[in-house]
Amino acid sequence: MNIAQLLNQLPGAVAQGLIWGIMAIGVYITFRILDIADLTVDGSFATGGAAAAILITGGVNPWIATLIAFAVGLLAGMVTGMFHTSMGIPAILAGILTQLALYSVNLRIQGIGTDLGSRANVPLSINKYKNMLVSLRNVGHFAIENPIWLMLGITGVLIALMYWFFGTEYGCGLRAVGANQQMARAQGINTNTGKIIGLMVSNGLVALSGALMAQYQGFSDVSMGRGAIVIGLAAVIIGEVIFGRLFRNFALKLLAVSLGAIIYYLVIQVVLWLGLNTDDLKLLTALVVAVFLAMPYWKNRIVTRKLKGGVHHG
Amino acid sequence: MAESDMLVLKDLRKTFNPGTVMCKMALAGVDLTLNRGDFVTVIGGNGAGKSTMLNAIAGTFQIDNGSILLGGRDVTHLPEHKRAAFLGRVFQDPMTGTAASMNIEENLALAGRRGQPRGLRWGITAKERILYREKLASLDLGLESRMGSKVGLLSGGQRQALTLLMATLKQPELLLLDEHTAALDPKTAEKVLRLTRQLIRENDLTALMVTHNMRDALALGNRTIMMHEGKIILDLNEEQKQHMKVEDLLAQFEKASGRELANDRMLLA
Repeated sequence: MNIAQLLNQLPGAVAQGLIWGIMAIGVYITFRILDIADLTVDGSFATGGAAAAILITGGVNPWIATLIAFAVGLLAGMVTGMFHTSMGIPAILAGILTQLALYSVNLRIQGIGTDLGSRANVPLSINKYKNMLVSLRNVGHFAIENPIWLMLGITGVLIALMYWFFGTEYGCGLRAVGANQQMARAQGINTNTGKIIGLMVSNGLVALSGALMAQYQGFSDVSMGRGAIVIGLAAVIIGEVIFGRLFRNFALKLLAVSLGAIIYYLVIQVVLWLGLNTDDLKLLTALVVAVFLAMPYWKNRIVTRKLKGGVHHG
Repeated sequence: MAESDMLVLKDLRKTFNPGTVMCKMALAGVDLTLNRGDFVTVIGGNGAGKSTMLNAIAGTFQIDNGSILLGGRDVTHLPEHKRAAFLGRVFQDPMTGTAASMNIEENLALAGRRGQPRGLRWGITAKERILYREKLASLDLGLESRMGSKVGLLSGGQRQALTLLMATLKQPELLLLDEHTAALDPKTAEKVLRLTRQLIRENDLTALMVTHNMRDALALGNRTIMMHEGKIILDLNEEQKQHMKVEDLLAQFEKASGRELANDRMLLA
């Protein structure tokens, strides 16, 4: 166990954390603001990667490719939203359906231009596509090409945009939809449209994150989004546990999510360095997230027990 | 239909879970016309259809038969969020009328835009904050100094007072009060009732108030209707109300419904 080896890994963990942080902000929007656990994200993350990869290999400017990936993510969210609101399918199931469908869609997107018309991954070499926005090749260098700087900038801009959006009349209405649907309708808010728009914005961010991830790692893969929802939830929860008392402002709460994702990847690096097998990573993540999700419930139970005890003795 | 009719209900019928063992005819032909400025109290036993009638007007569900005219408009097939433009609503559960995770001024700003298109302008303006502070101060609950507090931190009575303020912030054509004091302790209930009366008078509102409290039903408003098994079985005007005591009302109920009023909540009240 060489400490220098670990230190070498840390910049990469930060860059990955920043990229996944954007996806986690998308999860925050559905999970915390709309009060929906949206499983579309496992699919839409890869869709973003697939769309960006196929566009970049087709010669499209990576900025534009990334923006188009965002738009494709909006569509994915819309599909889930329609499943949920127009067809009355429970939100979790609606997300699972879209996620499953997207697996085929992603294979097809990545297969554009190939003989088979379907492909499991698309290589995106930085040697070939030099103008890609981020690449892990530069992550160890203290230079302007280091992807961390650009990721910090993109994260800042997105947080500012989300802060603005959820502060507008429409955004406030969306928050009301998540907080209390009956109240929202009584105030004249169309809760169905609201949920669709919220799911769209969320999956747009997730796909944008997937587009950046594909560029960063140098390929897009049809299964790159597997477990994305759990990583997103982990980031949201870590952010809340560590910064919840400190950060009250909405923009700071989103920042906490991004920081949560960075911390998640730093911790992962450390446990891998300590000798954990990469294959066991998802098991560990799932267990850690389960424990953190249970915390409010446990806390509540302990408090009620104490209160009950108090009545007995009093 | 006369110019002054604010609400016209014609033969409202609604059966929940038709064709099952849970089948219940909740509205069995309700006809009701409210004049502009009417403040009508609604009484009746459990399951009489009082709340169902209010929810039918609000559009929580589609009715099986009949029509609903609000301010001369046919709203029978309008979805709930579109009818909201004309309605102020306060619910029995103090949790229902407000968004707990949003703060007081945000809740007010949401209500201040009821029935308006919501765009990408900022959700609350400085001018509104001044107005809301004034309005909150008039409630005399000290909420004007807590405008940034989450509504979830307020007591049931405070939340109901806030919901009332929200329901009347943009003048509604009809105010629907669905047993809005039933979940409060007597003292708080009285305060909220006083506020209700004050807001209705100040804004010259038309209102329908469901209550389990017969004394309140007689003391408040200019008209009282009694419901039983999905129908209006008694309709008292202002003059009739003045001469009516709770005991008379109970006797009237027995006469009109053909049975004794075996509802302890009502008897206690």
